[in-house]
Amino acid sequence: MTWRRAIPLLACVALLLAAPPFLPPYALTLLTQILIYAIFAMSLDLLLGYTGLASLGHAAYFGIAAYVVGILTTQHHASFWLCLCAAVLAASAAAAVFGLIAIRAAGVYFLMITLALGMVTWGLAFRWVSLTMGDNGISGIARPSLLPGWSFAQPLPFHYLSVAVFLVAFALLSLIVRSPFGLSLRGIRETERRMGALGYHVWLHKYLAFVLAGAFAGLAGALWAYYDGFVSPVEVHLLTSVEALLMVALGGPGTLVGPVLGAGIIVLFKNLLSIYTKRWLLILGLVYIGVIVFAPKGIVGALRGARR
Amino acid sequence: MEFWLTQAFNGISYGAMLFLLGSGLSLVFGVMRIVNLAHGSYFLLGGYVGLTTVLKTKSFPLALLSGALSVALIGLGMERLFLRKLGKQSLSQVLMTMGFALVFQDLGLLIWGGDPYTLAVPAFLARSAQAGPVLVPFYRLFIIAVALAVGIALWAFLERTRAGASIRATVDDAEMAQGVGINVPLVSAGVFALGAFLAALGGVVGAGFIGVYPGLDFEVLPYAFVVVIVGGLGSLPGVVVGSLLVGLLDNFGKALFPELSYFTLFAPMALILALKPTGLFGKR
Repeated sequence: MTWRRAIPLLACVALLLAAPPFLPPYALTLLTQILIYAIFAMSLDLLLGYTGLASLGHAAYFGIAAYVVGILTTQHHASFWLCLCAAVLAASAAAAVFGLIAIRAAGVYFLMITLALGMVTWGLAFRWVSLTMGDNGISGIARPSLLPGWSFAQPLPFHYLSVAVFLVAFALLSLIVRSPFGLSLRGIRETERRMGALGYHVWLHKYLAFVLAGAFAGLAGALWAYYDGFVSPVEVHLLTSVEALLMVALGGPGTLVGPVLGAGIIVLFKNLLSIYTKRWLLILGLVYIGVIVFAPKGIVGALRGARR
Repeated sequence: MEFWLTQAFNGISYGAMLFLLGSGLSLVFGVMRIVNLAHGSYFLLGGYVGLTTVLKTKSFPLALLSGALSVALIGLGMERLFLRKLGKQSLSQVLMTMGFALVFQDLGLLIWGGDPYTLAVPAFLARSAQAGPVLVPFYRLFIIAVALAVGIALWAFLERTRAGASIRATVDDAEMAQGVGINVPLVSAGVFALGAFLAALGGVVGAGFIGVYPGLDFEVLPYAFVVVIVGGLGSLPGVVVGSLLVGLLDNFGKALFPELSYFTLFAPMALILALKPTGLFGKR
């Protein structure tokens, strides 16, 4: 990475670490929320932007991880690390199973099959009341403490935990998309047939990308359960999956900065708008339409186009 | 025995409503390959418009007509002004139709408020009769009759008219259809409007049965997709089989395994998709 690109990135990280103590409480919680959704959106972009697979059921892995944290903490009082590992593992396992079913399909059929798998998961969350409490959701998920006496219950320490997880996820995903594996994924996105002819195992590449994306979505979901203290079927709903797609599409698919930007804009937009107007859903709908009409390549894509 | 018969009858009548909802989605998907997330909104808006019509004019047939026609116009506008420009980009279609779904949901809330309503059906349909061990509400019979009539009309239209042949040709191969002189953009617009019309008709019929309330749009949307996916995209016989299967599965699932009821519905769908991505009756 050249210095010209590294300096703004480092400046952002420095700001992310230095600013929180000076922020008002509401701004801080919003920033935490943005970071968690940014991880979620980046995980989806691994599929959408880098591999060219538009998943309509990505909330499944986010939600499964959130439910694992919810169930383990409220019913078994499991520790943070155990919950985190179990949540990410469960999300990856779900992605590993669903991937077997979904990866065979392409294009619109991939969209439909991930939609169906997302619905299966939502249906379980909604109806399997003895496990998930159904529509009431699981409440009272306590924020974790890493060691005795080192609690993340307060907003500021929890925010720093989210920053740390976000930075780790960003770094790992950067490594993945720049690795030979990541480059082959981009090759598959551009011309799948040629990559196959060159001897790349296309199915396996797509499958691994699918499972990895599920794992990172699980990371975001686990953090979300702790952040919100509450898990309900909303976390697994189609709306959440589409919202993640919107974040990626708005920011710019095929970049890691894009989804972060998109997550930031949508989270801010939803939260601030719902303060000022009851019609925020209407306006959010118009944003969906507007993004497709006016910024089909996302913000990052539009900026790059302008620079050329 | 009574349990099985009652559940089977309920399942079939629910399937009849799903047929109205699903046939439109299937047609639209067959012709345009669009994943339309606003399809449930057509159902909701149809129900609302029908409700207002009944309140204002006391006429149920007029409600069916006004609900279906007004929503067909909305669908036509969506297709001509927005979706057409997107071509075959499925992600853009998903996001845009979701945007419309949110707009419609909020407009519904703005105009009709948050209370649930049930459409007042004509008195002769509100009665029920005892047929052996089963109590048969006439309205459920009426739904089955509407679905049958619509199904036969659709079949005749698709198989026996020139316009229907153009639609079938476009489903099979849009490029070739265009090549032999079929006006594919016109077919697309017409089919989209027809799809919205059918969904809204289902909405008006459904409003006298399951009611109409905010959130109904996203409640029925998964069902529409299951019906279409199970039956096969763009296939009318597929929608018939799909909607009956889903109606029965849903009723028996809810009665027998309440905790897993959505699972019993969606898991077979995922399985069918995995084994045969084009659905049971899909061609490609």
